[in-house]
Formats: sequence, structure tokens, C-alpha cells
Amino acid sequence: MRSRLPVVLVLPAVVGLAFLLVPLAGLLIRAPWATLPAQLFSEEVGQALRLSLVCASLATVVCLVLGVPLAWLLARSDLPGRGLLRALVTVPLVLPPVVGGVALLLVLGRRGLIGEHLDQWFGISLPFTTAGVVLAEAFVAMPFLVISVEGALRAADPRYEEAAATLGASRWLTFRRVTLPSIMPGVVAGTVLCWARALGEFGATITFAGNFPGRTTTMPLAVYLALESDPDAAIVLSIVLLFVSVAVLAGLRDRWISA
Amino acid sequence: MTLHADLRVQRAGFSLHLDLALEPGEVVALLGPNGAGKTTALRALAGLLPGGRVRSGESDWDGLPAEKRPIGVVFQDYLLFAHLTALDNVAFGLRARGTRRTEANAVARRWLDRVGLADLARARPRTLSGGQAQRVALARALATSPELLLLDEPLAALDVSTRLRVRSELGRHLADYPGHTLLVTHDPLDAMVLADRIVILEDGRVVQQGTPRDVVRQPRTDYVAHLVGLNFYRGVASGTEVRLGEGGTLTIAEPAEGPVHVVFPPSAVSLFPSKPAGSPRNTWQAVVSGVEQHAHTTRVDLDGSPAVLADITTATMAELRLQPGTTLWVSLKATEIHTYPR
Amino acid sequence: MRKVLAVAALLLAGCASPAPTGGTGISGQVTVFAAASLTESFRELGAEFEAANPAAMVTFNFAGSSALAQQINQGAPADVFASAAPANMKQVTDTGAVTAAPVTFARNTLQIAVPKGNPGKVTGLADFAKADLKIALCAEQVPCGAAAKKVFEAAKITPAPDTLEQDVKAVLTKVSLGEVDAALVYRTDVHAAGDKVEGEDFAEASGAVNDYPVAPLAKAPNPAAAKAFVDYVRSAKGRKVLSEAGFAAP
Repeated sequence: MRSRLPVVLVLPAVVGLAFLLVPLAGLLIRAPWATLPAQLFSEEVGQALRLSLVCASLATVVCLVLGVPLAWLLARSDLPGRGLLRALVTVPLVLPPVVGGVALLLVLGRRGLIGEHLDQWFGISLPFTTAGVVLAEAFVAMPFLVISVEGALRAADPRYEEAAATLGASRWLTFRRVTLPSIMPGVVAGTVLCWARALGEFGATITFAGNFPGRTTTMPLAVYLALESDPDAAIVLSIVLLFVSVAVLAGLRDRWISA
Repeated sequence: MTLHADLRVQRAGFSLHLDLALEPGEVVALLGPNGAGKTTALRALAGLLPGGRVRSGESDWDGLPAEKRPIGVVFQDYLLFAHLTALDNVAFGLRARGTRRTEANAVARRWLDRVGLADLARARPRTLSGGQAQRVALARALATSPELLLLDEPLAALDVSTRLRVRSELGRHLADYPGHTLLVTHDPLDAMVLADRIVILEDGRVVQQGTPRDVVRQPRTDYVAHLVGLNFYRGVASGTEVRLGEGGTLTIAEPAEGPVHVVFPPSAVSLFPSKPAGSPRNTWQAVVSGVEQHAHTTRVDLDGSPAVLADITTATMAELRLQPGTTLWVSLKATEIHTYPR
Repeated sequence: MRKVLAVAALLLAGCASPAPTGGTGISGQVTVFAAASLTESFRELGAEFEAANPAAMVTFNFAGSSALAQQINQGAPADVFASAAPANMKQVTDTGAVTAAPVTFARNTLQIAVPKGNPGKVTGLADFAKADLKIALCAEQVPCGAAAKKVFEAAKITPAPDTLEQDVKAVLTKVSLGEVDAALVYRTDVHAAGDKVEGEDFAEASGAVNDYPVAPLAKAPNPAAAKAFVDYVRSAKGRKVLSEAGFAAP
């Protein structure tokens, strides 16, 4: 029996799809295919791409290490004021990224609340470093992970954790071998979103970490700067970033979410 | 080594007050209506709820969380871990307590063999039937050789025909198990078939305990009587007459004095369209309020002084043209009535 | 047909008649695309222009000159373009977005900017090569970056920047926040930043002076007002405002 798709839904859906895909198609159509190979394998592109991938991945690791326990705290503990905490955790989502960058500067900059002491006591200075890029990206991307994982945890059945307890599993073991596997789709979805967001981050990165090739110039920054002088190069960089992102996201989805 | 439990749990609008003594190898059934506190008692014993002192021989389980108690639990929905195979599920408890993988797997395999599921070791829980899942859950609970086995409505999730078969198998496994067993159920048949001793729980308090036979023959509350399908009343006896609390007077064969429980089976009740003549001393008028058809008998619920349950053949039912609202005469032989002091 | 002509005549008459409060015949909105370094000075010029032409309203779009040139080439509606370097003006004359001849209206020289109190003890251009100091420069693609590059090449100094910002205001922010010890920005920027930033002149600055050209756009929605604004910028009053901000005369 053929399933009938109602026009009322199909039409807006098609418009929505077009809205999302046509700009990407525009990039591909207007690409300077002639100069593509030269640009593609240039030093700057390679550097920026490598830096982008490394920083986004490191930022995602930071988000996982800190975010999953935070999500667990929000979903499962009895802490008072959890509702407020949850709202605060989502602030970086609605904050304009540049504002996030400024906030990071005010706290972790050389004269920042904490940064001042980091500099004086340990000689650690975060602005204008690759670590700074990772930090800025983690700041804007973490809410995606926390919200995703918290949602999955809340939907997970706590009775399985009780069953594990009656079998003698400690809370940590239960988390590792029972809870985590059961929320894995939510964790994966959150990780993918987190990585994608970190990869595309611009405002917070350029404000907090600045711009220097090989150290803090990520792909989005390279695109923006190229736009100043060489729009063709900007298009090429954009296409490279587009393909890399699509490849990683598509690859991840197939492997994990279908399991 | 007897396991003693003094369970006290306080909740909003409910309190549990239950003392249990479980002997090793004994299966005790905790039977009661919904809301009686059976599951609460089980969870308190398991350490999933705080509430009460549990002592096993020399060791005291007070304050120990569930993961530190030597228990095994079979949950109503089995709660098998969906991402692990049947073998890994059964081995889970052993590995959680530190046993190495190869040894744990060997023990798990033996248990799966014992419950007859050796060839399903690599299967995932979602591919198992209800009966198979129940057996894996049992194997998982027993694999760690716990001191106390707790079963929470272990057959409730099964359909009727599977339940019959699984119940007898479960009985065999429980008989082999040397530890203490507490079985929580609302199905009296489970209790009758599987338990050595029944504890009836109502509103958080024990109202009766004893062997299945004792409980059936001498129920102490409406719930128990209804459960085992008996007519049950409270009355005051003087000689061969018993005045029933809810109205009516019955003549009994064996004289008694003072407050008594009065019991007789529905099969002892006869129904007549008009007042019968002859020996039965107990006859009264009643109105049909409900009719329940079973395979070979019909159970009729009648309102009167007193209200009564009667079992009649289907033929009689047709003959009398019984429906709710029909007025009939109830007759009962004094010799069929059983009284015992309250 | 006669009715239409009559209405059209009335409308035209309304347009041509002077504003009730007197003043010039310049009216309507004037959109000015100007380099970021012109922010403070042009805002003041705009206010003065509006005071002199009450029926006119000036709106600004301040950004990096290159970004502005691109926007104009893509068809962004603007009346006037004031760029921080001739190269960016060339970008729009090449495409024909500007047909009038651009005119230099100001010149800007570079100056060393340090946070208040000069914590890095910066004394001259040579300090820009020190690795232990935090240095911010404009990216090469931006006019102030190109000027900085020229200056360093001429002085044979290899700078060791920690960040290359995409516009001069971003560099200035880093200095005022104290995140960097030194930066190379325009004299006008140091002036605009007030107390938080101190400026130091250096000899080599004269080697790279930025000429600022201005021109009305060919497809300006309000050509009369566009021309009037450009004239105002070049007038004595305009020059006064610009020199107070630190610009040098053309």
C-alpha cells in the first residue's frame, strides 16, 4: 500500500530543504574550479584545516569529560537549584559568540579575574594560544552535549540501575556498563553536535584567541580573512570545510546511530 | 542460618511493619492485594529502600546499600540489560563482584544450561520470549550464589499458558536453591504451588501466616477468603447458632462460643427458585448481583442476609434462568459450615 | 493624463521647495560606508552635517575597508564610500561602482599603542620583535596591516605578533583590555581610545602614511546629498573635525 504524503506537510518540507541546500549548492556552483587544486593544497589551507580538526576534537573531548558528569548531576542528583543550574548551562547557547569571547577574556585574559593569577603564579597565559581556541570552542559547544546527554539520562529507566545494584555493581560500574550503553545514542548525538559547533565557531575564538596562522587560525577565521582580499580563496576554503564536515558527520551517523 | 528481617518503612500515607524469619532452603511467599506493601518490603530487604534491620546469622545488613548485600533479585519485568547477550547478563553479577571474565562466563554457561537455555547464550534479550527471559533473569540472580533470593511477581508478565509451565519449572529451581527465598505475588496460585509458607500482607501489616494448607482452610480476612474462593464471615457463636456481623443467623453442626470466623465453600451452597423443604437448616432469600462463568461451573454472587457466593453447574444455571436481579432461595447444610475462633 | 501631470507637478514642486525651517535643499537619507578608523570622526561630521541640513539624515556603516568594498560591489545600497586605503577604493572603481574621481581627504599615520602605564616597557619599533611581549597587529589584508608591513620592511625588523586581527578596532580592544603589550594602530585610533591606551610616535611612521580617499557612488540613491556630504568632508569644517581626531591634512 502506497503511503500518501499529505501536501500540507510535503510542501513546507520541500521549501525547508531547499532553504538549507540551495546556499550550499550556490557555493559549489560558484566555486573557482580552475584554481581549486592550487588553493586546496596550499600551506595555509592545510594548516588551518589541521588546526580546525584538532581543536574541534580536543574541545569535544573536554566537553565529554566535563559535560557527561554535569549532565548526570542535573538529571540524577537531588541538588537543590538544579532547575537554575540547567538554565545557566544553556546560556552559552543563546549568548552571541563574541560576547562569550569577551567574557572569557574578562575572566581568563591577562588581566582577567582568574587569568591574572594564572599568569603571575604559573606563567600560563591562555589568550592567543591554541589552548585558548580549544577553550573558546568548548565554551560554546558544551551546552549541546549537556542538554543531549541530560535528556537521554532522564529518559533512561532507573530500574536497570537498581537491577545492576542488586547484582553487586558499584555506582561507577553501573554507570559505565549499564547507564552509559543505554544512553549511547543521546551521547553520540550530543558529541556530533558539539564537534560540529566547535568546528564552526568564529566569534568567541577570534575574540579570545585572536588570529595567527598555524596557532589560532582555524578554518572559519581563514575564510573570513580570505574574504577581505581574495573571495575566490574564501569560497575554496568554505567548500573544503563543507566537505570535511559532511564527510565526518555522515560517517559518524552511519556507524553509531544505527547500532 | 535463619535470616531475620524487621522491616519498617514510612511513606506518605502508608507504613510498613513486617517481621520475617526465613529459613535456608525455605520459600516464603508474600501475598497481598495491591498497595499492601509487598514490593516495598522486597525493596527494603534488597537495600533499595532504607527501612529496617536485616540480620543473617552473624552479619548485619543495616545501612548496607543494595550492591553490598548478598542478594539476587528477579524483577517483574526481568530488567535484562538490552545491550548485553544472555550470557553476559548472567555473568554480570559475577564480573561486577570481581570474578575474571573466563571464569564468570563458565559459571554463567552452566547456569544457562541448568535453565535449559544453553543454545541461547549469544542471544540478545529482545529476541527472547517471555518464558525464556524469565529463566535468564532467574539464572542471572542465582549465578552469584546469593544468600537471599527475592522474586517480585516473577510470573506476572507471562501469558496464562506459559505461566503454568514456567511455574512448575520455577518450583523445581527453587527447590534446588539452598538459600533463603522470598517470593512476592498477588496470584494465590503462585503462592500455593511454590511456597512452603505464606505470609499475607494487608495495609502494611501481616494479617496471617502459615503453610498454604493452613491459610486456605482457615482464612483470617476477607481478602484471603476471597482469594482462595470461600464464603467468609465474622460472627458471634452461642452453641449451634452463629449471629453474623453483617446480618443473618446460621445454624452450625459443631457448637462454638464467642467471636468466630465462619467459612464455607461456594460449592456447599444450593439455589432454589422457591423456598425448599427438607433438612437444610440454613435457608434465606437472596438477589443475584453477579454471575461469573467458568469452564465447568458458574459462580453466582448473591446479596442478602448474609451475602453469599454459590457455585452451580451450567445446567442448573440455565434451568433457573439466572440473571442479575433474580430473587432466589439459598440453602446450606450446617455440616458444611466450618467455624474457628477469631 | 492631465490629472496625472498635475499631480506629478505638485509632487515635484513639493520636492523642490526649501524645508520650512530654512537651510539647504539637501534632504533624505544619506548612507555612508566608512572605514572603521573613521568611526568617531565621521560620527561627529554626520551630526554637524545633519545640523546644517535639518531635512537630511546620515546613517553609517563602519567596517573594514575591504569588507565594505565587497559589499558595495555586491550591490549594497550606499551613497558615499570613504576608504582607509587607495587599494580598497580601487576595488570599487574597477567595477564601476564609483565613476566620480576619488579624492584624498585625510591622511593617517601609524602609532605604537600600549596599554595605560606601558606595562611591557615598550619604547620603539624594535620591541615588536621581542618574543616575550604580547603583540597585536592588523592582518596584512587590512589597510593598517599593509601599512604596518611596509614600515617593518623599511626598518628591517621582523615582528613577532601573537595575533593578526581583521580590523583595527579589534586590535585596539586587545590593547585597552591589557591583553597585549603593544600594537601598531593609527594615530586616530589611539586618540579615540582615550585613557586606556597610550600612544608612542616612532620615526619610521612617516614611511607608510595611509591616504584616505572618499567618493560618492555611481548608483547612490540620494546623489545630491552624497555630493553634499563629500563636499562637507573636504570643507574647512570637515578638516577641523578630522584633525582634532588625529588625522593629517591631505
